[in-house]
Amino acid sequence: MNQLRRIVRLKVNGHEHEVYVRHADTLLDVLREELGLTAAKRGCDLGTCGCCTVQIDGEPILSCLYLAAEAEGKEIVTVEALAGKERFSPLQRAWAEAGASQCGFCTPGFLMTADALLRSKADPSRQEIREALSGNLCRCTGFVKILDAVEQSAAKHREFQASENRSQTATEAGN
Amino acid sequence: MSRKSTLGQRLPLVDSWEKVTGRGLFIEDFRFQGMLYARTVRSAEVHAMVEEVNLDRAKQVPGFVDALVPGDAGTDVHFGVLPISEDETPLSAPRALYQGDIVAMVACEDEVAAREAALQVDVRYRPMDPVLRPKDALKETDDPLHERTVAGTNIHKKVDQEFGDPDGAFEAADFEAGGEFLFHGVNHGFTEPIGCVAVPEPNGRMSLYSATQVPHYVHRALAKVLELPMHMIRVYKPLVGGGFGGKSDPFPHEMAAALLARKTGRPVKVIFDRDEVFLNNHGRHPTQYKLKVAADREGRLLGLDAHSLIDGGAWASFGVVTTYYNGVLCQGPYRLPAFRYSGRRVYTNKPPCGAMRGHGAVNARFALETSLDVLAERLQVDPFDLREMNALPPNTTTLNHLRITSNGFVECLQRSREASGWDQKFRKMPFGRGIGLGCGFYISGSALPIHRTRTPQSTVHLKIDVDGGITIHSMAADIGQGSDTVLAQMVAETLGVSLDRCRVLAKDTDTAPLDLGSYSSRVTYMAGNAALRAAEQILDKFQKACARLTGLPAQGFQPTGEESYRYVNDPSVTVSYDDALREALADNGALIAKGIYRAPKLGGAFKGSGAGLSPTYSYQAFVAEVEVDPETGFIRVEHVWAAADVGRALNRVAVEGQIEGSVHMGLGQALSEEMKFAGGQLINGSFLDYKIPSPLETPEIDVLVVESIDPEGPLGAKECGEGALAPIIPAVANAVYDAIGVRLNEVPMTPERVLKALQDKKKAEAKAARQGGQKV
Repeated sequence: MNQLRRIVRLKVNGHEHEVYVRHADTLLDVLREELGLTAAKRGCDLGTCGCCTVQIDGEPILSCLYLAAEAEGKEIVTVEALAGKERFSPLQRAWAEAGASQCGFCTPGFLMTADALLRSKADPSRQEIREALSGNLCRCTGFVKILDAVEQSAAKHREFQASENRSQTATEAGN
Repeated sequence: MSRKSTLGQRLPLVDSWEKVTGRGLFIEDFRFQGMLYARTVRSAEVHAMVEEVNLDRAKQVPGFVDALVPGDAGTDVHFGVLPISEDETPLSAPRALYQGDIVAMVACEDEVAAREAALQVDVRYRPMDPVLRPKDALKETDDPLHERTVAGTNIHKKVDQEFGDPDGAFEAADFEAGGEFLFHGVNHGFTEPIGCVAVPEPNGRMSLYSATQVPHYVHRALAKVLELPMHMIRVYKPLVGGGFGGKSDPFPHEMAAALLARKTGRPVKVIFDRDEVFLNNHGRHPTQYKLKVAADREGRLLGLDAHSLIDGGAWASFGVVTTYYNGVLCQGPYRLPAFRYSGRRVYTNKPPCGAMRGHGAVNARFALETSLDVLAERLQVDPFDLREMNALPPNTTTLNHLRITSNGFVECLQRSREASGWDQKFRKMPFGRGIGLGCGFYISGSALPIHRTRTPQSTVHLKIDVDGGITIHSMAADIGQGSDTVLAQMVAETLGVSLDRCRVLAKDTDTAPLDLGSYSSRVTYMAGNAALRAAEQILDKFQKACARLTGLPAQGFQPTGEESYRYVNDPSVTVSYDDALREALADNGALIAKGIYRAPKLGGAFKGSGAGLSPTYSYQAFVAEVEVDPETGFIRVEHVWAAADVGRALNRVAVEGQIEGSVHMGLGQALSEEMKFAGGQLINGSFLDYKIPSPLETPEIDVLVVESIDPEGPLGAKECGEGALAPIIPAVANAVYDAIGVRLNEVPMTPERVLKALQDKKKAEAKAARQGGQKV
C-alpha cells in the first residue's frame, strides 16, 4: 500500500515538475528526495519543529505533514527561491547580519514562515512576530536575534516581495 | 589612522550565508552512489537478554539488502568516549540495557523499505528485572548491568573529596542553609536529528560522514571497532544542526553503519527519527542533590557539604566527568575554606545520560544558588551583597587547586544589579511578581585531555598561495556556535586582512590537524590560541618580506588592519599585503604555518585533581523577573538580565547569541523540560510532549557583556556559551520565591509543582495557626 505510486505535477519555485510519487509520500519527501531541494529540513517528521516549512499559495505549511499529491496545482515556494534573482532577500541578509542563524538547521523553515508573515502584515509588532513564529523551533538562539531580524528587515523585505525580484513572479510572467 | 578591526564588532558568522540560502549541507542532505538506507531495530524491552534476532520476514520486504545482527564481526567490540569506561558496543547483545537500545540494523534500497524491514525483524527477548531507581542501583547485586562497577553494585563512579575542615566549619557556623533537590532528565533538543553515512571506499578505507561534535573521538572508536589503523579511516563533519553535548560521544549507530557498509560494500545512511534522538539521549542526568552551606554572622561562607546521586542510565558516556563536576564546580565563584563532596553515578535501565551544555555544573549550581538565597534571607543581607562579599578574587587558587586568573565576577554582579533595577524591586513588588539572582562560573576548556598523550589539544594549519586567500585547517567542529568565525577572526586580526580572505576548512580528518573538538567550551580558547600562533608565524614571514623589499628592519613592520604593513618609525613606508605576499612566496612557494595549543600544567596531587581544571573560567550573574499566577501555577519569565564575563567579546553578535541561547535552554529546564518515564519506558520522546519554550514563552534577554581580558586567552577571550546556562535556573527559582514565597526544590518548576508548593505552604500556615491558637 505504501508502494502504490502515481504521477503528480508539482509547481515548485515557478517550475513545473512531473514526479512519480508514492501515495503516502509527503511534500517534504518529494522536495528533498525527488527534486533535490534539500533546504527544507526534516527535524521531527511530526509537525512539531517547523524546520520543514515551505509556502503553498503564499501560506506557510509544514511539508512533513502535507501529502505531495495534495500539492498538485498549487504554488509551492521554498527557501531556494526566496532571494529571486538577488543573492539574498532583505530578510535573508538581515537574518545573517543579526545573527539569527547559529547552527542554521531551523533557518529555512523560519525564513518561510517569516516571509509569509511579512506578506500579510506590513509592519508586525514584536508580539505579532512571536506569535507568527511560535510554530518554529530554534534551540540555538533563544529567538532574540530572530525577532530582531524580522523586525529590522520588515519594511525592506515587503518592498522586495512586491518587486519583480521574486523568481516565481518572474517565471509566471514568462508563462 | 584608525585601525580597522573585526574585534568586538557585530559580525555575521562566516557560514551564515550558506545557511540563510539553504545551500549548506547537513548530514541528511548527503547522497552517494549505490547508497543504502538503514534503520535501527531497537529493544522493545527495558531490560532483557536478546535470545534471537530473526530476519526471515524482513528478508521478504522488497528492497531488503542486508542486516547487521548480533554475532556479526565487530558488533561486540567495546568503545566509549572515555578510555577509562568503554562500555558500549555497536549492537547491544546479548543484553539489551534499555528500551531503545540498538539490537540490529537493516539496510535497504530505499527508506520506505528500510522502515518496513526494521518492523519485520523478529527479536526474541528474555525479559529481566530492570534497575530503575537510583537508590536501588546502590545495592549489592549478583548481576550488575556492567562488568566494571563499584564493589558488586550498579554504581558506575564514586567520588569522595574533602578539603579543609568541613565538620569544623559547620560547628563554627552561625547560619546554615541547604536542602534536598531533585532534577529530572533533560534532552539537548537540537533541531537536527542525529545521523551518519558510512562510505566504504574502493581503496579499502572507510569514510564516515557524521553529525558529530568531535570527529577525532569517532575516528578513534571506528578504528577500534573496525580493527583498522586510523589512517584507513576518514571522518567528515558536515554542517551540524546543533550539538549542545549530545553529539560529542562516538555512537553505536556510527559503528553499526560502518560495519554494515563494510558488510554490504555499499554506502549506508542512518538518520534518526526524533523519538530515536530522545532514546539515544546522552542528555543531562536526573540527579538527587543534597547540599548545605555554612556562614558566620557577617555572611562569610565557611564551608560547603554536598552529595549527589546521579542517574546515568545504561552507559558510562562522560559520566566519570559528570560525577566529579557535580562537586568540583561548586567551588566557585565564591571563596570557600572548607568543602566536602560525595558523588555516586549509577547505572540504570534507562536511556544513557552524558554531557549537556553546562555539563555537571547545572544541577549543583541550582542547589547552591538557591541555598545562598535562603542564607541571605536568614542573614538579612541582600543576595547581591552576600555574593559580592564572598566573591573569589582574581589571581587566586581555590581549595581544590583551580587556578583563577581573569575574573570579572564582581563586575557581573554590579552590572546586572544596576540594569535590572534590583534595589527598587527585590522584596518590594506585589504578590505574584518577583525578581531573583543566580550566579555561576564555568571552565573554558578542560585542561586535562581525555587521552593522556603529549599531542597538543589543538593544532591549526594555515596555507596562503598565489591567490592571496588564507586557508585555515582545523578539526574544531563548528556546530553553530561560530568556531569557524573565531578561527577566521584570529587570523584576519593578526595579519590585518579582511575576513573575506579567510576560508575555514574544519570538516575532514584527512586534511585537518588534530583538534579535540567542540565540547567543554574549549574551542575559542584552545583552537583560537592555536590559530593565533599560526598567524603570528605568517606575520613573521610577511615582516621579513617587507624588510627585503624596503631594506628596513623586519620587526618594524606592523599590520595597518587595511591589508598593508607600515614601518613604525616612518609611516610613509607601507607595503601592501599583495606585495608582501608576492615577495614571501618568491623562491618558497605556498606559505604554510602551524600553531598549537596545549593547556599549562595545573592542579594538585590528589585523586581527581584533574577534574575542573581549566586554563581560565567564565563568570556570570543573572537576574530574572517573573510573574507567577497563583491560580494556575504558571510562571511567566518577563525579563532576564544576563551579565557574563567572557574575557573579551570577539564578536558581539555571536557572544550575545551564545548567552541568549543558553538562557533559553536553561529556561526550558527551569520551567517545562523533563524526560518522563513509565516503568523505564520513555513516554514523551517528541517535541509535542517534551516542551521546549517557544518564542511566546521566551522573554527578552538583556546581555551585559563583561570583559576581563584573559591574560592567556586568544586576544583576551574565554568561553561564553556554556556557563551561561546554569545561573538562569536558580535565578528563576529565587524570583518565584520573591513572588509567591515558596521554595521549589524540584526542577522543572511546572505549574503542577508550583501549585503543590503553594498548597503545602497554605497547609503548613493553617497548621501553624491552629497550633498557635491552641497555645492561647
